[in-house]
Amino acid sequence: MASKEVRTHAIDMNSILRGQGKKAAEQNEISIKVENLNLFYGAKQALHTINMEMPKKRVTAYIGPSGCGKSTLLRCINRMNDLVDSARIEGKILLDNENIYDKSVNVAALRRRVGMVFQKPNPFPKSIFENVAYGLRIQGINDKRILEETVENALRGAALWDEMKDRLNDNALGISGGQQQRLVIARAIAIEPEVLLLDEPASALDPISTLKIEELINELKEKYTIVIVTHNMQQAARVSDYTAFMYMGELIEIGTTSELFTNPKKKQTEDYITGRYG
Amino acid sequence: MIRCWIKSGAPWIWLNAAAVSTCLIMIIGVLGLVAVRGIGHFWPSQVTQFSYQEDDGSIKTIIAEKIDASVTPAAMAKATGFKMADNEETLVQYQLKTGNRDITGIDFRWIQERNVKQQDTPVEIIVVERREWGNFYGRLVAVKENGTAIASGEKAWSVLQEKLASTLSLFKDIIRLEKKDIGTINYGLERLRLKEKKSQLDNQWDDAAKKQVAEERAGLELDYKRLQSQLSELYRNIKRDSLVVETESGAEVEISLSKVVRVYQPNAMSLFDKMGFYGSKVVEFLADDPREANTEGGIFPAIFGTIMMVIIMSIIVTPFGVIAAVYLREYAKQGFTTRLIRIAVNNLAGVPSVVYGVFGLGFFVYILGGNIDQLFFPEASPAPVFGTPGLLWASITLALLTLPVVIVSTEEGLARIPKSIREGSLALGATKLETLWLTVLPMASPAMMTGLILAVARAAGEVAPLMLVGVVKLAPTLPLDANFPFLHLDRKFMHLGFHIYDVGFQSPNVEAARPLVYATALLLVLVIVGLNLAAIVIRNNLREKYRALEG
Repeated sequence: MASKEVRTHAIDMNSILRGQGKKAAEQNEISIKVENLNLFYGAKQALHTINMEMPKKRVTAYIGPSGCGKSTLLRCINRMNDLVDSARIEGKILLDNENIYDKSVNVAALRRRVGMVFQKPNPFPKSIFENVAYGLRIQGINDKRILEETVENALRGAALWDEMKDRLNDNALGISGGQQQRLVIARAIAIEPEVLLLDEPASALDPISTLKIEELINELKEKYTIVIVTHNMQQAARVSDYTAFMYMGELIEIGTTSELFTNPKKKQTEDYITGRYG
Repeated sequence: MIRCWIKSGAPWIWLNAAAVSTCLIMIIGVLGLVAVRGIGHFWPSQVTQFSYQEDDGSIKTIIAEKIDASVTPAAMAKATGFKMADNEETLVQYQLKTGNRDITGIDFRWIQERNVKQQDTPVEIIVVERREWGNFYGRLVAVKENGTAIASGEKAWSVLQEKLASTLSLFKDIIRLEKKDIGTINYGLERLRLKEKKSQLDNQWDDAAKKQVAEERAGLELDYKRLQSQLSELYRNIKRDSLVVETESGAEVEISLSKVVRVYQPNAMSLFDKMGFYGSKVVEFLADDPREANTEGGIFPAIFGTIMMVIIMSIIVTPFGVIAAVYLREYAKQGFTTRLIRIAVNNLAGVPSVVYGVFGLGFFVYILGGNIDQLFFPEASPAPVFGTPGLLWASITLALLTLPVVIVSTEEGLARIPKSIREGSLALGATKLETLWLTVLPMASPAMMTGLILAVARAAGEVAPLMLVGVVKLAPTLPLDANFPFLHLDRKFMHLGFHIYDVGFQSPNVEAARPLVYATALLLVLVIVGLNLAAIVIRNNLREKYRALEG
């Protein structure tokens, strides 16, 4: 098991490193830009003047010790923090050059463009089909043909179609945790968002399910801008193109994954990735 | 040693188990008592003929049912005034149901066993169940038609059966004519009267309206006359036959068959006959109207009224409670005010129910109902329509009474739904309303049903507030019938709980009605259990469907 893990890791690292040169040649378009973002929970400041850019159709990983604000930052991108009464936000987040914190922004429409997958799989207590079709039904799409087609595509996209095609009407709570997490990803991509936010998507899963999710992320970045929060530095190294290291609510360093892991510029980053704290 | 035993926890477990057993024994005891007394009431008991020496020394014949026996120690009997011989250790007394109330003036009496000279159970004794004056015990002498005897001796019994069957079917026709057909005409006439008065009030009482009303009225009155002649014909027929019965004292009494519900010979019945008799009595109890100030006959209107009221209450209280709970839990800012409201709601559940009755009478009936009458039914005045206690106000009052239960359990249900489910829905671009309707409320529906179950259990058994806002001893019509608009929310209704109180404590013949109290109580329990079971089945289905996430 352990040796397989290491081998997969090595292959992934190699493929990332190989792909780096090709990607560098392309003009990287910016999908999300964070400008001077401060976030307060009541009187306590949780994010301190964050500035960063996330390129289109790339995977950006946030790493850092627990409580450093990486999930909070992620949840700013689809305004999930609006649900927290005490949260107050200053600064801007630009999605395709539009400030999502502008007063004119429709939050529900924004969340349709920025999908999110949570730490624990959270399927609705409905059938597998209805789970995936949920986002479409909200948009008023009830045409059976369109729904079936979209559900199939989404399940294929989440590498779940072959396992689920015969049990679409089963309750989604009856499938395994790993399948549930992929189902939730299928649910998110069924409404074709531009950005996919993954909040520690594999932390509650076993190694094999984790592997599947990681392979899935590699496929999904062909179509979506992905931002992933992870505790696991190997995972960040395996799946991401860019990595941001956060500490105590501050963005310490951001760069291409290979650079950040092999040649960190800040001492704090180096200490963290070499395991000296965190 | 003992310390060791205490430390082991055994006494604590014993104490717990004892508490549970006590509860169980009490519940079984209550249900058992009610069930045994209630179920036994309809079984035909033997009728005994006694030769009894009265206190003055004369010997009399008594024909009666043995109801109860009591054994008193000699000393106690002496103290209460009985003369006791030295060798007597106890005084045994029987309570007898002697019937024939119209002749003797009493239904029940106590006799002393030592004065009974002889007792047996002759098969020829008949029991006549009458529409008035209770049971009649005696021997059949003859059957009469138009005052002349057509059968006597052994033939009389079979002739009586035939005659009674035809009389009973006549009686059914009369009831149908009076209640249904003539009732509908009366209802129509009343509506016409109100229509006339309304158009007079609205200054639209012109010739066209006058003509229309007059025509309709003439039609109805024509119908009425036709039915009336049918009815008097039926009344003539039903009064034709009668039976002659010899009482215990040897006197002969003539009883019109129109006053008879059933005649039977309990001592001649086989077990099978008795079972058939029992079945017919139970059916009568469940399906018929009450007779004789509620002490005889059935309690169908009370069953119907109870269920009707509970259903209307559920229809009112569920949406109300759910909406209030959704606001409190989902939209209201959680803070001091919400806490205060929540405390107030919880305490509402502790307000004595009769207080709700007073509020219902004062606010709903007089203020709300009075204003509704003024605004919408000016033609009915001075007779009130909604300005008087009725089904609607009773249902609303009970809805108010059970509102806290529904709110509290719905709120608990909403609070139990994991945050991750809401976030999952919101992250897919659903608004808060969509999330609530599509995900949260369906998942909380089992909790709402729990609230409703508790509400139904409480409301169905409530009596005190109903006495003020709509329940009556005897309602002439059901709140649901074939006359437009079919559901009459303004009508008064009967209720099992109040029926128990009324039969047990307000009836002129408490002794005779006591078994009915148990039977009605048993039925009330069964009705509540039935309503609850229905709700529980629905809830369990919902629970299965929206099984919450594990962990």
